[in-house]
Amino acid sequence: MANGLHLEQVRILKDGAPLIEIDTHVAPGSVLTIMGPSGVGKSTLLSAIIGTLPPAFSLQGHVRLEDRDLLPLPPEDRCVGILFQDALLFPHLSVGANLAFGLAQGGTRAERRAQIDAALAEVGLEGFADRDPETLSGGQRARVALMRMLLSEPKALLLDEPFSGLDAALREQVRALVFDHARARALPVLMVTHDQEDADAAGGEVVRLE
Amino acid sequence: MRLPRAPRAGQYSDMKYLPRLPLFPLLTVLFLLGPLVAGLWGTLLPAFGHFPAGGHTGPSLDPFRALWNWPGLSDASRLSLVTGVVSAVLSLAITALILAGWTGTRGFRVLERLLSPFLSVPHAAAAFGLAFLIAPSGWIARLLSPWLTGWERPPDLLILNDPWGLSLIAGMVVKEVPFLLLMSIAALGQIDGRRRMALSQSMGYGRIKAWMIAIFPALYARIRLPVLVVLTWAMSVVDVAVILGPSTPPTLSVQIVRWMSDPDIGFRLLAAAAALWQLVLVVAGVGLWFLGEALIARLARRQVEAGRRGRSDTALRVAGFALGTTVSLSLLLGFLGLIIWSFAGFWSFPDLLPDQFTLRSWMRHRTGSLDALGETALIAGVSVTIGMILTIGCLETEERYGLRLTQRGMWLIYLPLILPQTAFLPGLQTLLLNLGLGMGRLPVILAHLVFVLPYLRLSLEGPWQSWDSRQATVAKALGATPNQILWRVRLPMLLAPLLTATAVGVAVSVGQYLPTLLAGGGRVETLTTEAIALASGGDRRAIGVFGLMQTAAAMLPFALALALPALVWRNRKGLLNG
Repeated sequence: MANGLHLEQVRILKDGAPLIEIDTHVAPGSVLTIMGPSGVGKSTLLSAIIGTLPPAFSLQGHVRLEDRDLLPLPPEDRCVGILFQDALLFPHLSVGANLAFGLAQGGTRAERRAQIDAALAEVGLEGFADRDPETLSGGQRARVALMRMLLSEPKALLLDEPFSGLDAALREQVRALVFDHARARALPVLMVTHDQEDADAAGGEVVRLE
Repeated sequence: MRLPRAPRAGQYSDMKYLPRLPLFPLLTVLFLLGPLVAGLWGTLLPAFGHFPAGGHTGPSLDPFRALWNWPGLSDASRLSLVTGVVSAVLSLAITALILAGWTGTRGFRVLERLLSPFLSVPHAAAAFGLAFLIAPSGWIARLLSPWLTGWERPPDLLILNDPWGLSLIAGMVVKEVPFLLLMSIAALGQIDGRRRMALSQSMGYGRIKAWMIAIFPALYARIRLPVLVVLTWAMSVVDVAVILGPSTPPTLSVQIVRWMSDPDIGFRLLAAAAALWQLVLVVAGVGLWFLGEALIARLARRQVEAGRRGRSDTALRVAGFALGTTVSLSLLLGFLGLIIWSFAGFWSFPDLLPDQFTLRSWMRHRTGSLDALGETALIAGVSVTIGMILTIGCLETEERYGLRLTQRGMWLIYLPLILPQTAFLPGLQTLLLNLGLGMGRLPVILAHLVFVLPYLRLSLEGPWQSWDSRQATVAKALGATPNQILWRVRLPMLLAPLLTATAVGVAVSVGQYLPTLLAGGGRVETLTTEAIALASGGDRRAIGVFGLMQTAAAMLPFALALALPALVWRNRKGLLNG
C-alpha cells in the first residue's frame, strides 16, 4: 500500500466553506477518474496536489506520493506532472526547446539533444525538434506535451480534461498513448474529466463529485 | 438629407453605400501627427541655420558646429544615454522580479494596491517627494542623525543633482515601476499565466525561473511599446531631470530647454541642433535596446536548453518584495513629505517633524496657486474634452466600418509617447515664431492633446471592445439607430471606463511640463510649470504647496471617476463593480 498516490481525508475549503472531500488511493500504473459537473472543484483538487492552490482556498488532510508527504513541499519539489486540455506548448520556443524545458537537468548538450530526439521518435515525430509549435496539428501538440511532461521524470501524473480539445478520432489515439506511457512507467494517474468515454477507456476506479 | 444607416462589421458587400468619410480618424491623425510633423520641421530648419524670426537664413551647418564646440556635449550626451538606459533596465527588471516572485499571492495584491494610486501622481511631484526624502537634510538623513551619522547639521553632500545622475535614475525608477507593473497586470490578463506556471512548477522549476521562461516572453511581447515609452522618456525627460538630475552639465534635454529659454534668441539655433542630436541619441538608445533584447533572448534559449531548475530562489523573491516595498514607500513618504513641508513652520535639522504646523505657506501662495490651478484646469478640461470626442468618435467609426486597429496603428498611437519631447516641441515654438503666431493657451492645448490622445485611446480601447455587442443587436432589433445605440445604450453602460479615461487624460495633461513651457512661450503658468520653476530656488514650503496642488489636480478626477458611477448607478447592480 505504500506505493502510489494517496489522498487521505482531503478536504478543500473555499473561504472557509467546504468545497470537496475525497479519500482514495491510486496504485502505480492505474488510473483513477474523477467525474463531476463543471464548477465542482475538480481542477482545484489538481491545483492542490501540484501545490498551486490560489490564496482563497485551503486544504486539509494528507497527500502522499511514495511515502513522501507532498503538502509541505513547494510545487517544484513534488514530482507530480500535469497535462491540461490545451497542450500549452510555449509559443516562443521551438518544439525541441519545449522538450528541453521539460527534460530533467544534467547531461551535456549533445546528450540532451539525443534524449530529445529519442523522445520525439518515441511518439512518431522524428525531425520535429526545430519546428514552431504553432505549425503542429492538435494531435502532434498533444504528443509533444506528453513527452515534455514525461521527460521531467514525474512520479505521478495528473490529467485535467486532457482529451476534450481533440476531435473524436484523435481523442482515442492520444488517450491510448497517454495511458500506455503512464502504465509503462508505472505512474499513478489521476484524471479529471466530464467525458464518460474517458472514464471507460481508463478502466480504473471512478469517483463522482457532486 | 438622411444618411444611409451604417452597416455593422462585415456587412459591406457594396462600397457605394459608404456613408461618409471617416471624419474622426482623420481628425485624430491630424491632431496627433500635425504638431509632431510641424515640430520636427520647425526643429530641422533652425538646426540647419534657417530662422527668419531671428534674422538667420540658411542652410548652414553653423548650429551643429556650435553644438560640437560646446564643451559639455559629450558629458550631457553620455548622461542622457546612461541614465535613460539604466533606469529603463532597472524599472523593467524590478517589475519582472516583483511579478515573477509574487503574482497570485496576497503580498502581491497588497503591493498592487499600494502602487496603483501613485500612477497618476505627476512626475514632478513624485520627484520632489523623493528629493525631500534623500536630500542631505531629508527624512532619511534626519532619521539617522545624529545617533548614527553624528551630523548636527545637514552634511555637505551632493546627493541630489549628483554628477552621475544616480538620484535622477532613482527618481525615474520610482515613477516607472508602478507604470510598468500596472501595464503588465493588464497584459497578464490575456495570458494563461496560472496554468503556464502550474505546468512549469510541476516540472520542477522554481517560481522565478518558471515565470521568467514561461510567462515573461509572452508578457514582454505585449508591453514592449510601453517599455519603449519608458526608455525614450527616461532618455529625454526634462522635469524630473531639473529636480533630481546633475546641473553642470545637465542632461542634454535640460540643456536644450535652457537654450530655448535664453533671452538671446540666437540660442534657438543651437537648441534645434541639439534637439536633432537628442533624437539621434534616442534612436541609438532604442537600437541598443533591440540588441539587448536579441542578446537576452539568445541567452534565455541556452538556459532553457540546459534545463536547470533554479530552485533556490528565496533570496531573489525577497529582493523583489523589498524593492517593490522600497518603491511604494518612497512614493508614500515623498507624498507625506510634500504635505508636511507645505504646513511646516520652523523645522530644524535633525528633527523628524517641524516645531509647529502653520497655514502660512498656503496663505502666501494662495493667489498664485489658485491662478495656476485655474489655468491647469482650463487646459486639461479643453484638451481632454476634445480628446474624448475624437477618441469616442474614432472607436465608434471603427465599429461601424468594421475596422480594427492594426499593429501599425498601435505604433502610430504610441509615436508621440516614444518620440522624445525635446526633439519636436522646441521646433513647435520656433515654427510659431517664424510664422509670426503667438504662443499661448491655444498652442498649449493642442500640444497637450498630442499626449492626452494616446492615453485616452489606450484606456478606452479595452472596455470599448469588451462591451457585449449583443446589447447593440437587441437595441437594433427594437428599431434603434446607430446613434441612439451609441448615446442611449453604449455610452451610459460604459460610464465608469469613460470617466476613468477622462481622469487619465486629466492626469496626463496636469503633469505636462515641456509642452506647456514651450508652446506657451513661458507665459502660460500651470501648477506644473510653477512647481518646477521653484526647483532651483529650494523653497521647500512653496514646493510643498505647489506639488500638493499638482498631485491633487491629477488625483481628484480619479476619485470622482470612482465615486460618480457608484452614485449614478446606485440602483443598478449590474453596472457596479463592473
